[in-house]
Amino acid sequence: MSTFAEILLNGVSLGSVYALIALGFVVIFRATEVVNFAHASLLLAGGYVTATLHDDIGFWPALLAGIAGAALVGAAVEFLVMRRYRGADHSVLAIVTIGVDILLTTELTRRIGTDVLVMGDPWGDAVLKLGSISLAHTRIAAFVAAALLITAFLLAFRYTSWGVAMRAAAESPETAALMGVRLGRVSLGAWAVAGGLAAVAALFLTVFPTPGLERATSLAALKAFPAAILGGLDSTTGALVGGLLVGITESLATGYQSDLTFLGRGLGDLAPYLVMVAILLIRPAGLFGTKELARV
Amino acid sequence: MSEALVKPLRLVRTRRTRTYVWTAAAVLLLALPFYLDRFWLQAGLFAMAAAIGAIGINLLTGATGQLSMGHAFFLAVGAYGYCVFAADGGDGLTGLGLPTWLAAVLAVLVAGVAGGLFSPISGRLSGAYLGIATLALVFIGQHVMFNAHDLTGGANGRDVPPLNLFGLTFDDRELLVAAVPFGSAEKLWYAGLVVLLAGALFARGVLRGRPGRAMNAIRDHRIAAGVIGVPVARHRAAVFVLSSMYAGLAGVLLALVFQRTVPDYFGITLSLEYLAMIVIGGLGSVSGAVAGAVFVSLLPQLLTRYSDALPLVSAPGTGGIAPGEASRYLYGAAVVLVVLFLPGGLVRVAARRRVTTHPGEER
Repeated sequence: MSTFAEILLNGVSLGSVYALIALGFVVIFRATEVVNFAHASLLLAGGYVTATLHDDIGFWPALLAGIAGAALVGAAVEFLVMRRYRGADHSVLAIVTIGVDILLTTELTRRIGTDVLVMGDPWGDAVLKLGSISLAHTRIAAFVAAALLITAFLLAFRYTSWGVAMRAAAESPETAALMGVRLGRVSLGAWAVAGGLAAVAALFLTVFPTPGLERATSLAALKAFPAAILGGLDSTTGALVGGLLVGITESLATGYQSDLTFLGRGLGDLAPYLVMVAILLIRPAGLFGTKELARV
Repeated sequence: MSEALVKPLRLVRTRRTRTYVWTAAAVLLLALPFYLDRFWLQAGLFAMAAAIGAIGINLLTGATGQLSMGHAFFLAVGAYGYCVFAADGGDGLTGLGLPTWLAAVLAVLVAGVAGGLFSPISGRLSGAYLGIATLALVFIGQHVMFNAHDLTGGANGRDVPPLNLFGLTFDDRELLVAAVPFGSAEKLWYAGLVVLLAGALFARGVLRGRPGRAMNAIRDHRIAAGVIGVPVARHRAAVFVLSSMYAGLAGVLLALVFQRTVPDYFGITLSLEYLAMIVIGGLGSVSGAVAGAVFVSLLPQLLTRYSDALPLVSAPGTGGIAPGEASRYLYGAAVVLVVLFLPGGLVRVAARRRVTTHPGEER
């Protein structure tokens, strides 16, 4: 039983990290209706900045620099690429983000090479014992940080004028523009916020028990895609629930791997996708997504 | 185009030039194996296989507007399917020992069936949603390839039995044709050309006929398409199946060229490469798919071959930018630039040079 609780808690912590990534993804989608396939590379960029700077300027400043760096990359992508597109078809823009992703990922993986970069975080491999349950400090920190950030974000989304502008733009871009909402700024802000959230997630995806930032980190980041889509791409609640669901399934599949050997090794990496397919079979719009209704 | 009708003389002239161009291209392609060395023939064969796969994904993504990131999975199904059906089981892996031509056909069908199994999702999701959902296929595929050792040989992959057609084996036993030794690459070259031509003509027929119009209608306005009586879900699922069969065929050809299939090849990068091909070449047309496939698959080969002569590019492992990376930069940038500044891709540029449109006709 204690192993189950341990696996579950680890899953919740991992899930909250995925929720952070998925949240950024959903924010971009709501503000600009663009499915951002470059999200994994934003995350890699944030992680890379933190990992290279922490030796010189200490961990916390490096983390801030990573967040700022990823936000900057996100904003730059919006400003230099997305804004230049004059057509109306948003699925074409999704393909542009694939091009951006190829560029960013190639550059970052070339810089990282075959190295494993450590993040220099203060938690190390310390473990907290609660009775028979043991939890890594990094996992607790991940959960706390993710919960704080998500709460702060949702509050801002609800009560600040920035959040109102963002929601208005998502509801109806034209009306929002007529009301004086500057759509360019809204989408720039969305990309920057998404980049920042991804950088925080990058930290917690690469600390203990994972060895550090490496090429494969972007594959781990991809798991936030099923999280976002199984919750429903246009729903922030969906991103949270989707993230948790993906994290818990992955944790369970990894934890009980030895009982599931007939399904092959590395099942944990596959589990999020299987859950996504299963949910999409029943609810094509995701758990909390608005079912597309159209009046003709 | 309407201008061409007004000037029939000009139409005749373009038609005639087109015939000349096609004949010249055909002669050139048929003659190449007599002159090129093995490296370039293999590069050309990769391009042909890529072109077949790209035609498939262009039917889906370009013509119907359904994004797919799972193309690599269907390529893998084709490649491994062929191995399983054609191998005789001598290496301890499952092999049914069927005639190789039958194995190739069955492999394509199996890829189609795999696409059909995904139809509950491919029929109901649209655009980028489907793109993310199909990510699952790549990861499921990789998982199976690494773990189903009896079928796939695990991480080490498995050998591909050579194709045997009408008593002619497409292996490296040399055959002298006009004093030129013909190995597997030379022989496969012709098989590849035939398959590519057939695939291209079929896809063109699909696009120009009733199904093509239905597909474009779904892409441009799904609801309007449904209202005028196009069964949207059925068409989406059917195109998905067709596109996976093209991918399966490309997979078979790739396997024959590589002579060994390994799971690492069929990853997410491969799927992205195919999307890059159709965007660069031109969405929604057969010629666009072929042009993009040639561009994306020959680029790394060209850079590898001439890495000494090029600035910035150096051989892998020497610290500079490896040819593979350099080509990824180039086609990544090409994707972005083409969408932003050349909507319609490379083919559109060529078409614009040929037919000057009215200024009002351009978007």
